[in-house]
Amino acid sequence: MANSSTTDAPSVQEEAPHYSQDVPPFTKEEELLAYRKMLLIRRFEEKAGQLYGMGLIGGFCHLYIGQEAIVTGIMMVAQEGDQTITSYRDHGHMLACGMDPSFVMAELTGRRSGQSKGKGGSMHMFSKEKGFFGGHGIVGAQVPLGTGLAFANLYRGQQNICFTYFGDGAANQGQVYESFNMAELWKLPVVYVVENNRYAMGTSVSRSSALTDFSKRGQSFNIPGEQVDGMDVRAVRAAAGRAAAWCRAGNGPMILEMQTYRYRGHSMSDPAKYRSKEEVQKMREEHDPIEQVRARLLANEYASEADLKAIDAEIRAIVSKAVDFASHDPEPDPAELWTDVLQ
Amino acid sequence: MTTNVLMPALSPTMEHGKLTKWLKSEGDAVKSGDILAEIETDKATMEVEAVDEGTLAKILVPGGAENVAVNTPIAIIAAAGESASAEASTPETAAVQKIAALDAKEGEDPQSDAITAADAPLPPADASGKMEIAPATEVPAGTEMVAMTVREALREAMAEEMRRDDSVFIMGEEVAEYQGAYKITQGLLEEFGERRVVDTPITEHAFAGLGIGAAMAGLRPIVEFMTFNFAMQAMDQIINSAAKTRYMSGGQMSCPIVFRGPNGAAARVAAQHSQDYSAWFSHVPGLKVIAPYTAADAKGLLKSAIRDPNPVIFLENEILYGHTFEVPKLDDFLVPIGKGRIAREGRDVTIVSFSIGMVYALKAAAELEAEGVDAEVIDLRTLRPMDSAIIVESVKKTGRCVTVEEGWPQSGVGAEISARIMEDAFDYLDAPVVRIAGKDVPMPYAANLEKLALPNIGDIVAAAKAVLYR
Repeated sequence: MANSSTTDAPSVQEEAPHYSQDVPPFTKEEELLAYRKMLLIRRFEEKAGQLYGMGLIGGFCHLYIGQEAIVTGIMMVAQEGDQTITSYRDHGHMLACGMDPSFVMAELTGRRSGQSKGKGGSMHMFSKEKGFFGGHGIVGAQVPLGTGLAFANLYRGQQNICFTYFGDGAANQGQVYESFNMAELWKLPVVYVVENNRYAMGTSVSRSSALTDFSKRGQSFNIPGEQVDGMDVRAVRAAAGRAAAWCRAGNGPMILEMQTYRYRGHSMSDPAKYRSKEEVQKMREEHDPIEQVRARLLANEYASEADLKAIDAEIRAIVSKAVDFASHDPEPDPAELWTDVLQ
Repeated sequence: MTTNVLMPALSPTMEHGKLTKWLKSEGDAVKSGDILAEIETDKATMEVEAVDEGTLAKILVPGGAENVAVNTPIAIIAAAGESASAEASTPETAAVQKIAALDAKEGEDPQSDAITAADAPLPPADASGKMEIAPATEVPAGTEMVAMTVREALREAMAEEMRRDDSVFIMGEEVAEYQGAYKITQGLLEEFGERRVVDTPITEHAFAGLGIGAAMAGLRPIVEFMTFNFAMQAMDQIINSAAKTRYMSGGQMSCPIVFRGPNGAAARVAAQHSQDYSAWFSHVPGLKVIAPYTAADAKGLLKSAIRDPNPVIFLENEILYGHTFEVPKLDDFLVPIGKGRIAREGRDVTIVSFSIGMVYALKAAAELEAEGVDAEVIDLRTLRPMDSAIIVESVKKTGRCVTVEEGWPQSGVGAEISARIMEDAFDYLDAPVVRIAGKDVPMPYAANLEKLALPNIGDIVAAAKAVLYR
């Protein structure tokens, strides 16, 4: 074989992406907002990784580093009452929905003030108040649930939509297509966001998917789709705006394939031997979502180096506070074992 | 040569039907494919087609006749130029007689006195009062009672709750335009419209998940599985999404949803369509599991289930759908979840069952009475949370217990009851608990094997005597 990289040659040829050119620039305020939000997720996740290494966080821990632009860009078009639901790679979504980093981190450490009182952990957190419906550990299971949240919106005559996130791995689950069928049949206001980070755990998209263009996965159901540069928060926001408008107008669901990349392994215990260090390095250097915004902030003179340093310090302080809280909060009372099973 | 036209079965569980009307008259020429008559049950109306050519020589059962047993000759078709005199010698009739003879023979054999699908159902309404069924304790004295099938009771429960609360809706396969595969949702589409009575594609996994998502958003879905056999497709959503989310969210999330439909063996539909999921679902914390027997309990418990803030598995039984019981005429009749019922008081031995197992249990109790044994029969009604107290109190009195269920024995409901009695009433036991359950095999198709695979009255009677050392 000519190519001696760490993975087998792809059995399916991946198509070149086709991105929309309709990407309006951000204002200064938008750039700064996106920068702060993405940086909070990045720093939070870095700390979570560190705490995992120290044994303060147990079980599975899936980090969102590299994918920050997706949830950040989408939340820029979300309206009051819209819902968000996603998989187990969910810390970024929670922060983007406005959940308190201290309570999220305390859940990661399994403490009593955690978002789920320490009973859910990394993969299972919820906030009705912020419209975040989890945090689901079974690959693809959130897709029918998100479709049901959208069903409820339509049933009640609300204009809200549900952003239902899942990965390229989940995109091969049968229940996803059962959901697509009902969503289009009943014109449910749901935006399906496929976060294609190129690997379903250790299996690359080309090794697991007969059709690697996930934006076309709704074609059998007449659901329109769009491929998006998921590393560019402006492109994400623009596509999300188009999808949200489509849904709110009563046209039914839409699929957004966000092409992205996770820098870390699938979970903390994944050494990521299935890809080369060079591949990761190239993505970090050339496509990092936060660096893109940072470069624009400086180039457009929206912020100085000093301003950005101040923001970095501010974000680090929020994360440090969360770590401090999550390390000192007591474990749940043993009596909590028996509560919240039934109402 | 003449041919008998027999009353056809419309479904695996149909035993009787109404011959609504004849579309042909005596003397008419008929050919294969002609529609001879219309018949109906409480589930559906269907047409009887001629299979043979000839003349409709004689109508044996007039139009409008009720309760015509399946396989009864209803007319005679004579080949051209023949009379209708020799009806008893046709091959079809001979076959029917042969099956009947087999049944009679088996009935004489004490080793195989299993109840047949035909004698399992209760007699029609007028005779049902003879069964010793204590009225539900939830009914105030002096309440007017009306005779109602389990099917009608379930429909009324849903309709009442849908009138009461706009957030209640029903979804499932064939629930709307078809009026329900088993006609449980008959008339609901007409009253509530397609927004609230939703036909789904055949995609149990995702429509169960969709219902759970809608429940998380605060609606109160009733998800009908055409039968619980198909709920296996949705098991992950029911267990991982519905049952666990409240706990995993530290009590923040709620999932007020009812999954309902027929559970357990129907008749002659073999292994994949004849399974009792009582033990499966009752294993899972975060679910409530209900399995009613009477129409009153079906109604009162379904209404309670719809109002419950937790996910509820509501296990019905296809054979019981057509059974008639007395149901209290009350504006808002609720039966509390988690409470068993003494269906028959007795001193000598406790028989615990639920759902269609109650048919066996009550018949066994009647046989035992004839032999001088006074059995107490408990209808659990709810399997989770299980009413341990009612069992323990009874066992303290009788010192003996037999459990009855159609499901498999290993890790079954009877196993659970047995363990609870050991934990909470061991000192009161005068004999080991005996479990009567479905046999530890996939359900066979052949009529005789199916009969053997299900619990039977003889085994219950023998078990009751054994624990009494008689």
